[in-house]
Amino acid sequence: MSKIRVLVGTKKGAFILTADGKRQKWEISGPHFAGWEMYHLKGSPVDSNRIYASQSSGWFGQVIQRSDDGGRTWSTPGSRSDELQSPDGMPKGESNKFMYEGEAGTHKWYDGTQHPWEFKRVWHLEPSLTDPDTAYAGVEDAAIFKTTDGGKTWQELPGLRRAKGNLWQPGAGGMAVHTILLDPKNERRIYVAISAGGCFRTDDGGKTWKPITRGLKSPYELPDPDAEVGHCVHRIALHPSRPDVLFMQKHWDVLRTDNAGEQWTEVSGNLPSDFGFPIDVNFNEPETIYVVPITSDSLHYPPDGKLSVYRSKTGGNEWEPLTEGLPQKDCYVNVLRDAMAVDQLDPCGIYFGTTGGQVYGSADGGASWKAIVRDLPAVYSVEVQMLP
Amino acid sequence: MIRVLLPYHLRNLARVDGEVQFEVAEPVTVVAVLDALEARYPVLQGTIRDHGTLKRRPFVRFFACKEDWSLEPPETPLPEAVRSGAEPFYIVGAMAGG
Repeated sequence: MSKIRVLVGTKKGAFILTADGKRQKWEISGPHFAGWEMYHLKGSPVDSNRIYASQSSGWFGQVIQRSDDGGRTWSTPGSRSDELQSPDGMPKGESNKFMYEGEAGTHKWYDGTQHPWEFKRVWHLEPSLTDPDTAYAGVEDAAIFKTTDGGKTWQELPGLRRAKGNLWQPGAGGMAVHTILLDPKNERRIYVAISAGGCFRTDDGGKTWKPITRGLKSPYELPDPDAEVGHCVHRIALHPSRPDVLFMQKHWDVLRTDNAGEQWTEVSGNLPSDFGFPIDVNFNEPETIYVVPITSDSLHYPPDGKLSVYRSKTGGNEWEPLTEGLPQKDCYVNVLRDAMAVDQLDPCGIYFGTTGGQVYGSADGGASWKAIVRDLPAVYSVEVQMLP
Repeated sequence: MIRVLLPYHLRNLARVDGEVQFEVAEPVTVVAVLDALEARYPVLQGTIRDHGTLKRRPFVRFFACKEDWSLEPPETPLPEAVRSGAEPFYIVGAMAGG
């Protein structure tokens, strides 16, 4: 029977939850990197023992960590005994180094002036679908980096910021590449989403990028509601069998595209609020999608204090609330954009974490939910690995 | 021998317990101490000062002989007590203010 490993990044450390394929009894390990902000951890699809983690701190900046044994031990890449190169055999520092390529340039600032790009942290790590030593990093201020040596060194793919980066303007949550989707059928195609930047696609492996925002509308958020860049895209998701079909949770609005982002259509339908952060796709049903409605951009908690996942089995427009096992009163948590994931079992398991420190799981496609763990620090990210 | 006291999280990153000690050639300044520290513990590169500009990170502070050296020009020689190893050079995380 398959095993499941859920990687949880929180405001004060990382936690690893494991269970067998029944997904009823969970073991919890952690905190790993106690006291550090763990924006994201994600395992390699081709080597489940290889996990990349983004560790950061307002005091001490960015550190990349890597495990080669499924999260039991960690090292800064380049610091394993067979990789040590410094005279004293100490960990090297290159894995922490995210330097913008060439002249950093400027982007739009809050007052409309231009402001220099400044690296702050890694929000998202996306390991390659084919090579465990290759991974992408989405960072704040918004840019994408790539490693081909297991995280020892990182190089920017600067073409992304040439896609009208001078017009991107941070929102209150910062300006970060928070979503990276690799096309499983076309290794040269990558999608990224940027809060307060928009959605972009490359078809040449990251050399050049273009905005894919036609159909997005952001009235009262952007001077031009149909602008090519600047939309606050909160999250995009795809099903691996249909990488041309993308689903999006925008600041407001849930949308879909059936042609790789050339045109988006709103599918918010009967949602109680179309504001939210995560969106994901059922592994067994490519038209079944999940969102967590949040009251508004001013009230980052569920409508009426009732935590509900909404599911559409029709790819949007028609939504049903999934509430069994979720708190239906006095619940004022948020679910952040990287804090929902699905497994590959049948029925599909869905997992999400809250800013209140709960990680909820469903082993029946969302019909019922159970708190796997409570009282963690605020959950930033949730990822799932299938183990042999 | 220069003695340096690191904050908890940086001791963990560098995998050291307690204070660290190493030689620093004269003149012993803040920048010379940090250069030597990062050469010996490269994983600390970027955690105390910015990778590119080498400026002190905003929420890291330096103390020597109970005095705050964070805003001193980094090329200023450190006090004799630090240079001789009688007193440690402190690298601390600033108050969070929360």
